Order: sequence, then structure tokens, then C-alpha cells
Amino acid sequence: MKPVLRHLFLASLRYSRFATALSLLAIALGVALGLAVQLIHDAALDEFGRGLRSLAGAVDLQLTGPRTGFDDRLYAEIARLPQVADIAPVLELEVRLPGRTQSLRVFGVDVLRAYRLHAAFQPKPEATGGEGGEFALFAPDALFLTTPARTALGLETGATLRVQSGTVERTLRIAGGVPAAPANQPFGVMDIAAMQQVFDHIGRISRIDLRMRSRTDPDDMRTVLKAMLPPGVEILTPELAESQAVALSRAYRVNLTMLAAIALVTGAFLVFSSQRLAVARRVQEFAFLRAMGLTRRELMLGILVEGAVLGLAGGVLGIALGHVLARLAIGLFGGDLGAGYFEGLAPTLRFEPLAAIAYLVAGVLAGLAGAWGPARDAARVNPASGLRAGADSGGFHVRTGAFLALVLATVALGLCVLPPVSGVPVFGYGAVAAILAAAILVLPAIASSIHRAWPPGRSATVRLARARLGAAPGQAVVAAAGVVASVALAAAMGIMVTSFRHSLDAWLGVVLPADLYVSASRGANSGYLDEALIARVAQLDGVETLRPVRFDSIRLDATHSPVTLIARPVDGGKILPLVSTEDREGKLPEKVPIWISEAMAAIFSLDIGDEPLIPIAGKPVPCRVAGVWRDYARQYGAFVIELDDYRRLTSDFSANDLGIWLRRGASPDAVAAEVRAATGDRAVDIAVPREIRDRSLAIFDRTFLVTYLMEAVAVVIGLFGVSASFAALASARRREFGMLRHLGLTRRDIGRLLAIEGAMTAAVGSVVGLAAGAAVSVVLIEVVNRQSFHWSMDIRIPFVGLAAFACVLITLAALAARLSGRHAMHQSAVLAVREDW
Amino acid sequence: MLEISAVTKCHEKSVTQAGSRALFADVSLELHKGECVAIMGESGVGKSTLLNCIAGLEPVDGGVIRLDDVELTALDEAGFARLRRKFFGFVFQAFHVLPHLTVAQNVALPLWLLDTNEAEAARQAVEMIERVGLGGRGDDWPRHLSGGELQRVAIARALVHRPLLVLADEPTGNLDPERAADILDLLLERIRSADAMGIIVTHSAAAARRADRVLRLSSRGLTEQAVVA
Repeated sequence: MKPVLRHLFLASLRYSRFATALSLLAIALGVALGLAVQLIHDAALDEFGRGLRSLAGAVDLQLTGPRTGFDDRLYAEIARLPQVADIAPVLELEVRLPGRTQSLRVFGVDVLRAYRLHAAFQPKPEATGGEGGEFALFAPDALFLTTPARTALGLETGATLRVQSGTVERTLRIAGGVPAAPANQPFGVMDIAAMQQVFDHIGRISRIDLRMRSRTDPDDMRTVLKAMLPPGVEILTPELAESQAVALSRAYRVNLTMLAAIALVTGAFLVFSSQRLAVARRVQEFAFLRAMGLTRRELMLGILVEGAVLGLAGGVLGIALGHVLARLAIGLFGGDLGAGYFEGLAPTLRFEPLAAIAYLVAGVLAGLAGAWGPARDAARVNPASGLRAGADSGGFHVRTGAFLALVLATVALGLCVLPPVSGVPVFGYGAVAAILAAAILVLPAIASSIHRAWPPGRSATVRLARARLGAAPGQAVVAAAGVVASVALAAAMGIMVTSFRHSLDAWLGVVLPADLYVSASRGANSGYLDEALIARVAQLDGVETLRPVRFDSIRLDATHSPVTLIARPVDGGKILPLVSTEDREGKLPEKVPIWISEAMAAIFSLDIGDEPLIPIAGKPVPCRVAGVWRDYARQYGAFVIELDDYRRLTSDFSANDLGIWLRRGASPDAVAAEVRAATGDRAVDIAVPREIRDRSLAIFDRTFLVTYLMEAVAVVIGLFGVSASFAALASARRREFGMLRHLGLTRRDIGRLLAIEGAMTAAVGSVVGLAAGAAVSVVLIEVVNRQSFHWSMDIRIPFVGLAAFACVLITLAALAARLSGRHAMHQSAVLAVREDW
Repeated sequence: MLEISAVTKCHEKSVTQAGSRALFADVSLELHKGECVAIMGESGVGKSTLLNCIAGLEPVDGGVIRLDDVELTALDEAGFARLRRKFFGFVFQAFHVLPHLTVAQNVALPLWLLDTNEAEAARQAVEMIERVGLGGRGDDWPRHLSGGELQRVAIARALVHRPLLVLADEPTGNLDPERAADILDLLLERIRSADAMGIIVTHSAAAARRADRVLRLSSRGLTEQAVVA
């Protein structure tokens, strides 16, 4: 490295250590957040994908049906096809474990053939007394557990496990392990025939896995299969199944990455602020260097190198910090950061050289981007005027960009109407970026307006601060730029989360109208209530009305994840949280009305009045979309069908849940006890709506905890910006402060002056940031959320919260400005006015 | 030899207007090696601007400036910058000693610009620091130096790379008379012993008297002047 570069430019980073440290930390935090999010998601997806691939085994095609399964005679028909080399049926159930909070995923496989297609499912009997041996594989009560499942359940070979089928408890015996199962996958394996028996699924399977003979044309095979499959059974490849599973969490992952990116952008603003102020402070130095023979290019290069070195150092620190953060976050929130996508997964973090390099480059780019404008300004300094005594050392001008801001705002509007790209709201994020850029461009105009609206007052310090804002709005603009980005982000997220939480609360009120909820299958599908039991509960003393709910998951096509079928009495849709409904006049009665969720409408491009064929109970049922309702529970889509229609179509009279309306004066506890007596003590979960609501809101809050934390980091970075800017400004204004002390101002007065200026800067930043945040929140709610998760919400602005946030930020900024300036404040007034620079 | 022929400089604003008004016109000067001239004149007459024009920091509006056989007024900006770092030395009224460099590093700065290796630059800087009477202060920070000492650092820095021409703009303007005389003697002695040329802009008759010639700048050009004590 040239000594000029090292001693002149890099040494100046050391000279303004405070601003340098804050800029470096800001970049490091941005890089660390981004990298941590990426590392966690990669590790989780890797683990998740590996698990799926390993479970898929050597399968070419999977024929997958609804959650309630399909007729296993299809298996025999397909097995006869000459193109099939190997074929295996699978019954998959999430089994309810009475008396335990967790459920267990159990696969029923053909244990003799499992090794050929599903090595990962091959059970291995372990001898306990005289019961071992190969025959243990077929024992009707034999369950084989993977090591993680054993650990989670605390069971060893020979132990027994109570499982629930319907509302009946059955006992299974742990007969051995599943040695080839992927690590970290807790599940059990049974012989498929035994499993059908135990869980009353005689003649039903969930999927058929097959391998084709070599030289079989996959397209021909699909055509042959297509003709044989009943509606609702789709042909998937293991890759497609994996990509569908991974796509579910993609929007959430992209959202978190974008939050981290905003933190990094805020870091770049900080570099910009401190470099811009440093350039202003060093105008004479640069003019002198130019006089000494430094060319414009060399000067610009020097400042860019400063930025790049800051970015590089911040990037390196950020990469280390990112790994620490990722480790901490996985420990605290799990591999899905609390969002519930990969529950139970214990991903292993790895150093990813490519991701590390990408984020290091992002750090350097942030440093360079921040230094670019200041470097250009420095190169424009006229050495002759810069050398004159009293040359500008801080009161620089910032060009107002009101017109460009207007153009950007229009661009943002335009971007909002563009569709997502592969389910990711790319243009929505583009609109957010355009709004932030417009907000920063409009800052000078806002600073001038605030100056005009601010009464002069009598206090000398207030007059001085006001005069400075009027004469040098550029300084306030540069210091406020970092605040704008972080306040806008915090305000937008605040509005979005409040709107979401409020809408969710209101939604829960609508979807939980009963007094008591009985569930035989929360998080599991082996539990259900049969017709006789439902009738018995309906007869109970305290029960006024009873509404059963039946769930299934239905595949509408092979390219999308299955949607949830909800069969319940809906009173012609009246009791649903509808966002739009049809005019019922003149509709044909033979079409079955269904009410689809917003997600289903968006994913399958369905609208009111459309008449899709829905595969129910193996038959294509002509349906009519009678309404669209809001559903926050199922991101991949759901539809509601009248229970009577469902029962007529399927002859399935069982239910997963019951909603119970109590007789006047009946005690919920007493009725719950009666229900328990009727169903068996441990067979059902019973909750009042308040419990379900509280549980749902707790999950909501947990999901957004990481978001809150990332927001807090962005705000802290914004405060760093104020602090760094004021440290730099105060250092540049030592002579001014010295002169003011000569004129009779005390050190305390100077401190007050700095505090007022800091508060005013944060106020300008907050006003613009809050306005930009409100605009960004509309984009998040109406574009990003709709395109990512397909749900709408009612906008609700937390005025009090935002006002309190702004007040706290302004106070903190005042404190930060005062603290940052204390060095300059405490310098000798005599020395300060004699200072060379 | 520095040769200034009929140089004209107009007021910045009037250049764009018809009938431009000259700040100074027809300035001519010949300066030989080992010679120092002082330029005096009223405030605002353009003394500092003339120095800036000679250094290529401001363009001239007419005339030619030559250093030996190089026509300075024909050089482009980057070319002038490279020439400046090699052949020019500067001393300012405000010392412009960089606060984040030590005394030795400040003095070595012109050598770094010329890509001299660090050890050699440090050796020459220490030697020059001794010649200006600051021996042993090389590792000090500028904030620990007095005004007179800072100007000595500036002089050392102006001469360390053996420039052909030293331009000094009010070099003693910030110093008390006694210290000003010392500093000026030092500056002139160093310029002469290095066989360089010096142009000193000053308001002080006492300072001007120490130069080989005293010139007065007016809007009509440079005229020789006898100095009255």
C-alpha cells in the first residue's frame, strides 16, 4: 500500500476513532444480521431437505392423496403395470399420544420391501427376552422408533406407548429402531397392515411410492398413471415435494433477509454521514493536499479506500458476529426463528464460504456506497478557495431533490401493481426502497419547513440551533439520513404488526364463536370423534348446540401444496370472516357451495362464481365459489364446505373438533368434565375460546419476536448515526464553540446547544421517517403480505406507540449528541480559537 | 528560472460578463535560482491569487508562466498536480499541519507523494526537522507544538523534497514579530542554501526587507519597490 494512502487516509480513520468505530459496528451489525438469517435458513432448509430426500429414498414418483388417504386397491392395480420396477404403499399419520403434549409421525410401510425403496424406513427389531427376531416386524403392536423419537419420548426397546385412534387408546410396544433414518428426524415405523388395523385405516393408504423400470419414458408413465388415478391423487416427484415444502417458508425467509438488508443499508447511510461530515471537516486538508500535488483522482480514491476498508473490517467483524448470532438464535428460537415452519428440526450450522464472501462483499459495497458521494464532493473542492482562512468546514449544502423524490414515489406506486416473481414480492421490496430513497431526498425541504415553522424564541441556544438549521440544513440532513431509514423501518413494522395483531384478534373472535372447543386431533390426525360419540356429546346436559368440524387436506393439482378442507355448518357462509361474497340469486342448486380462503383464491386464481372441480372422497365434485374469507391459519389455502354437503358426499360422519354452545347458566368446567367422561379422559383437548385466542396470540408474538429484535438493531444503528454525526460535527466546530465561550456561553450552554441540535435532527428524521414508514407499511400490508402470504388485514396505526417511540428516539438523540460533543465542549476556549484546523 | 510574462487575472464573476474587469493585468517577473522576492500590496489586490496562479491552483486569463523550459500555463490539471508535488513547496499563514500525522510524518508527506520509500523518507524528514531547529521532536503530535514550532514544521515540509520554487503566503502572519523574524530568516536561508527560488507574499515591511527584491502588486502589474523601514 502506498504510504500516502496509509498515512493520510487510513490514519484519518484512526484519528476519528469514535465515528469510525460506529460506522464499522453499523456495517458489522448489518452483515451479521443478514448472514445469521441466511446461515440459519440454509442450515434449516438443508436439514429439512436432507430429511425429505432421505425419506423419499430411491423413489421416482410419489402418488399422493388427501390426508384421510385413498383406497389401497389402487396399489395392487399399479403394481401390475409392466413399467413398475418397485412399488411400496405408505400410510402416514400424525399420531396423537394421549397424556403427552407432543404427537408422533408414524409411517406404515411394507417392512419386507422397505429396504428396496425406503432404506430410511427399514425397521430393525431388537431382542427383549423371547420376543425378538424377524417376526417382531409384523407384530400387530410393534412400533420402531428413530433415535431422536426415543430421546424425545424417553422410551427404550421393550417399553410401551399409548396412542390414540379416534377416541380409543391403544398400546404399542417399542420393538426396535430405525437405524438408517436421517439424523434429527423423530418418527416411528410400523408394518403397514398392523398400522391400518391399529388406527382404523383398513384399506386406506396415504401414498404409493414407485420406481420405474429403466428405459421407461416418464411422460408415458405419467399418462398411464393419470388415467388410473382417482381425483385427488396426484403424481409428484420427490424433488417437487421438496420444493413445495421449501416454498412454504420462502416468503418468510425473504422477508427476514430484507429486514437484515435494511439494517445494512442503514449502516451504509452511517458511513455516508460520517464520511460526508469528515469531508466537510477536512476541506482545508484536502485543499492543501491538492496544492501539494495530489490529483482529484487520487483524493477520491483515498476516500473510497477509507470506505472500503471500513466496509471490509465491518464485514469481517460481521461474519464472526453473524456466526455467533446464528448459533444463539438457533438455540433460542429454533431453526425457523420461531415461525413454526420447521418445528422439531435441530439444524447444524456450518461455515459457508460463499455466503461469507457474499456478505463480506456486501459490507465492502456498503462502505463504498457510503463513501462515494463524499469522495465525489471532496474531489470537487477547489484548492484555492479551500485554502483560504475560514474556508467552509461544515456548513455544506445538500442538493434538494423534491422532483426526484416525486419521481421515485411515482415509481414506487407503479411497482406496487406488478405481480410477484416466483412468489416473492420483488417489486414490493423495490417500492419500499424507492420510498426510502424519496424520503431521504425530500429531507432538505422538510428541514427548511421545520426551520420556518419553528418560532425564534428568546433563548440564545435555541436561536443558535435554529439559525444553524436555517443556514446549514445540509448537516441536519446528513445526520438525519440514517435516522430516516431506521425510523421508517420501525414505524412500518410497527404499523404492520399492530394491524396484523388487531386483525388476527378480530378474526379469532369471528372463527371462535362457540363457548367451548373440543379437539381430538390438535396437531395430529389419528384422533377423531365418531358419529355415536358426537351424538352422545350433543345429548349432554349443558350442551345447547353442537357444531362438528371435519378437516382433510386435499391436493388440487401436483404443482401446489395441498389445501385444507374444513367441513362445518356455516349457515350459508354467514358465520365466516368473509372479505367478499356472491349475490346468491339465480345460482344453480346442483353445484356445491364452497367458501375459499384468500390464500386459495390467490394461489389457484379462483374468484367468486368460479366453478372448480374439487376432488372429495375420490370423486370430482362440481363446486361453486360462494365467498372468499380471511384465514390467518393456513398459508397454503383452505376452503370451507357445509358439513351436510361433506357428509352427503363422503358418508364420513366423524369429526376432528366440536364447537359447543352452552345452555344458559351451564358451567363450562362442568360441561368439559361431562365431555371428558363421555370421550375418555385423555382423548380430547378442551379449551374455551379465550385460551385458544391467548395461545394463538402468543404464537403470533413469538413469530414476530425476531422481527422486533431486528428492528431494535436498526434503530440502534440509526442512533449510532446521530451520535457519530454529532461527534464529527462537534469536533469540526471546536473553534465555533471556543468563540461562543469567549462571547459568554458556558460549557453547559454549549451542551444544551448540541442537545437541541441533536433533538432537532432526530425530529426532522423522525417526521420524515414516520411518514415514509406509514407509506412503507401500506406497501408491506397491501403488496408484500398479500403476495407473500395471500392474506389481507385492516390497517391500524398505533399512534400512541409511534409518538412514544419518536419521543424516546428524539430524547436519545439529544443525549447522544450531547455525549458525542463532550470532548469538543470541554476543550479550552482559548486553545480552540487558535486551532489550526 | 521562473518566468512570468504578462499574466492577467480577472475577477471570477466578470469573466463571464462582457468587458471583464481585471484583478491584475500584465504581471511579469523573472526569478533566478537562489533568489527570493517579496510581494506586497493592498488587501484584495490579488497577491494570494497570483501565488495560486503560479501554482496552477487557479487558471490565468492571459499571459504565460514558465518554470525552466516547462510552460506551466499549458498544463492540464492532473499534469500540474504531478509537477507541483515535485517542484513546488508551500508555506501558509495557517500552518496546515495535519493533526493526525506526527511531526516527522507531516514533513515526510511530500516525499510520500513522490513515492520515496518510507525509510528514506523518514531519514530525510528527520534531517530536515533538525535543520529547522526541531531536532528530537519528530515523534511529537502537532497539538503539542507552539505556533512558531508549527511554522517550522511547515517550512521543513516545504523544503524536504528539494523543490525548485517555494511559495509562501503570509508565512509569519500568525506569529509575534520576534518569532516572525526568526522564521523568515530560517525560510530564506533554507531556500538560498538549497539553491531554490522563493516568492513570499506579505503585508509586513519588516518581513519584505529580508528578501532580495521587493515588488508591489497592483491592478496594473508588478513594480519594484524600495522598502521603507
